[in-house]
Amino acid sequence: MNLDFTEEQEMLRTMARDFLQTECPKTLIRELEESDLGYSPELWKKIAELGWQGLAFPEEYGGTEMTFFELALLVEEMGRNILPGPFISTQVCGLTILKTGTEEQKKEFLPKVAAGEMILTLALTEPSASWKPEHISVGAVASNEEYVINGTKLFVPDAHVADYLLVVARTKDGSSPEEGITVFLVDAKSPGIQCEPQLTMGLDNKAEVVFKDVKVPKKNILGELDQGWKVVQVAMTKGTALKIAEMSGGCQASLEMANTYVKERVQYGRPIGLFQVIQHYLADAWGKTDRTTNIAWEICWKVDAGVATPFEVATAKAWTNEAYKWVTEKCVQCHGAIGTTRDHDMGLYYRRAKVGELDYGDTDFQMEIVAQELGL
Amino acid sequence: MDFEPIAGTEELKKEFEDFFREVMKDAPPGWENSPEDLETEEGWAFHKKVQREMGKRGWLALAWPKKYGGLGKSIFEQLTYNEVRAYYRAPGWDLQGVGMLAPTLLAMGTEEQREEFLPPIARGEVIWAQLWSEPEAGSDLANLQTMAVRDGDDYILNGQKVWTTGAHRADWAFALVRTSKELTRSRGLTYLLFDLKSPGVDVRPLPTMSSHSRQVESHFNEVFLDDVRVPLKNRVGEENQGWAITRATMNFERSGLAGFGALRHSLDELIEFCKETKWRGKPLSEDPLVRYRLAEIAVCIEAGHATGRHLLWGQHKVEMGGAPGMGMVPRASSMKYFASELSQRFAYVGSQIMGLYGQLKSQSKWAPMSGRFERAYQAAPGGNMAGGTTEIQKNLVAWTGLELPRA
Repeated sequence: MNLDFTEEQEMLRTMARDFLQTECPKTLIRELEESDLGYSPELWKKIAELGWQGLAFPEEYGGTEMTFFELALLVEEMGRNILPGPFISTQVCGLTILKTGTEEQKKEFLPKVAAGEMILTLALTEPSASWKPEHISVGAVASNEEYVINGTKLFVPDAHVADYLLVVARTKDGSSPEEGITVFLVDAKSPGIQCEPQLTMGLDNKAEVVFKDVKVPKKNILGELDQGWKVVQVAMTKGTALKIAEMSGGCQASLEMANTYVKERVQYGRPIGLFQVIQHYLADAWGKTDRTTNIAWEICWKVDAGVATPFEVATAKAWTNEAYKWVTEKCVQCHGAIGTTRDHDMGLYYRRAKVGELDYGDTDFQMEIVAQELGL
Repeated sequence: MDFEPIAGTEELKKEFEDFFREVMKDAPPGWENSPEDLETEEGWAFHKKVQREMGKRGWLALAWPKKYGGLGKSIFEQLTYNEVRAYYRAPGWDLQGVGMLAPTLLAMGTEEQREEFLPPIARGEVIWAQLWSEPEAGSDLANLQTMAVRDGDDYILNGQKVWTTGAHRADWAFALVRTSKELTRSRGLTYLLFDLKSPGVDVRPLPTMSSHSRQVESHFNEVFLDDVRVPLKNRVGEENQGWAITRATMNFERSGLAGFGALRHSLDELIEFCKETKWRGKPLSEDPLVRYRLAEIAVCIEAGHATGRHLLWGQHKVEMGGAPGMGMVPRASSMKYFASELSQRFAYVGSQIMGLYGQLKSQSKWAPMSGRFERAYQAAPGGNMAGGTTEIQKNLVAWTGLELPRA
């Protein structure tokens, strides 16, 4: 056991923090929120030059062979600064291909991802708004050397800019909901795909993706036919961990912003940070943020080491969901009315806290997993 | 960063588990290891028995140097032990003596004091009480009034202490008293150790709200001091320098993390109860509200554990002679009230799940889980006061963790 960062990890954190502060100011974040793409291709290219997209890939696929835990530290910094764009979506899919793909698929996709030339996303959820296998209704039917996909996916992050979609589809009615699900690597420009981004609270581009007789070659099956739920679980575990890391970073930044503000804002002739009610809000926020940071590091390390249990992943996400929302709510409150405006940075975090809760499973979903894992 | 437990942890854990599984078979019915449980004759006898058994094995002093009766183990081994002991809710571990005074003496006592006082604590023979709070000095501890006046080789103590956990059972006390009228507040205080059987010490019970005529629960006491003589050699640190020592002791008290393990055990038992109990035709465990409430407690326990490991890591670094690192002081305060509020929430959740049955005391044949939540509901607020109130902890987090100004 050693709960200090290595020198390399410290350097990565500092470098990422400095880079994002300079290259991704809040003015750019607001601009990107209003743009059609929702991310900056220029910045995307710059971070690819830094090796971020291939950070946790092996060298043979264009990566720098750092660990998933170190990737999570990077994502924590992205959450701290807010980096709009398809980073987590692409990483989740890239790491899932690395874990479950064929050699051919790895060689085809990973070097492009690492070079910043390919954006990926997981097309899992549907209008049923569920993360469970029994609610997958998008179907794929075999026809010669191809599969033909039909149906509608919803809440697909970054689908409008993705080059490939990892589409979770039902290929047969199995004996259990998990059985008979297959994951396909689908070229986003295939005929029959219609993508319509939806405006969200996070202004973060979740799309409706309609598949109408979309043809996919059989070689583009990721993992095994009908056994794709295992692939989804790999993606969900990594995605949940990275989302937790991102939310943890956001939680830290929110607290720091409010802590700075209450020392500067004067009412009744003194800084409001002198009032005990404000101090106690922020003391509670400090504790929740501390616990979020700690549980985030631990779950990302455990996912990296392959020892995280479903109970641990679900408890960590459920905790982070509620803590980040609570902390941002109190930090808005400490700012008073100015904290509720479009022009103030506090709202950027407040909105992301709620949307972050929904990504990779909201609190109600996680609590049910926790209850089941407790034996209830 | 590496969360892999150190080598040998599993074997050690098994040794502790085997011991506690066996010893806990003799626990009185409905045992939770709460202060109330220790109040009955049966409960106290059980506590003493387990204490002696642990003392024999050196487990009360795992991480102390061998010369004071310890086993010289690392803080990680200590943690493994603490977690197992907490999970089994075993008594026999005297928070005041083992958890607070011993680390204080190891850090700040004289060699003579360590040699005199530590071995009996390690053997589980002497039980300690903490004499700090007074009627006019609760959260405002620096307002202490009890006076100690020098008389030859002794101090003579006069005054009143209160909220003294276990003073009626304890052998010795560590006290904070005023030695100077000129030096104000925290500057005129001194840290003294004395035998509670000394002439002039009068301990009177202070029953808690859960008491009734047939079962008085009074782990709290008032302690009156009337011309009590304490030898000068029993002073820890210098005269009028007791405040700094007290603060160190407080940090040892607050960093006690055993609560999460015990809570997880209680949660597991409540889950079993909910699975086995059918009310109105279906098991409680199928009620979505019950499931959600219990899952919520489990989530908070996990967050507590994750942060507990970082607190421990900070302590380990101090043990190795390094700086504790950022956030240790506010983390200890934050975790103190997080743990007590979580215990309180658990008591309320359990009480809520019991419905009408939740009001029954253990004496009723209808009381579920030996009336555990009837007691826990009343005991819970006390946890938010003991060791510094939640409000005081929040002040400390604000001042030390956020560097907010003091009013």
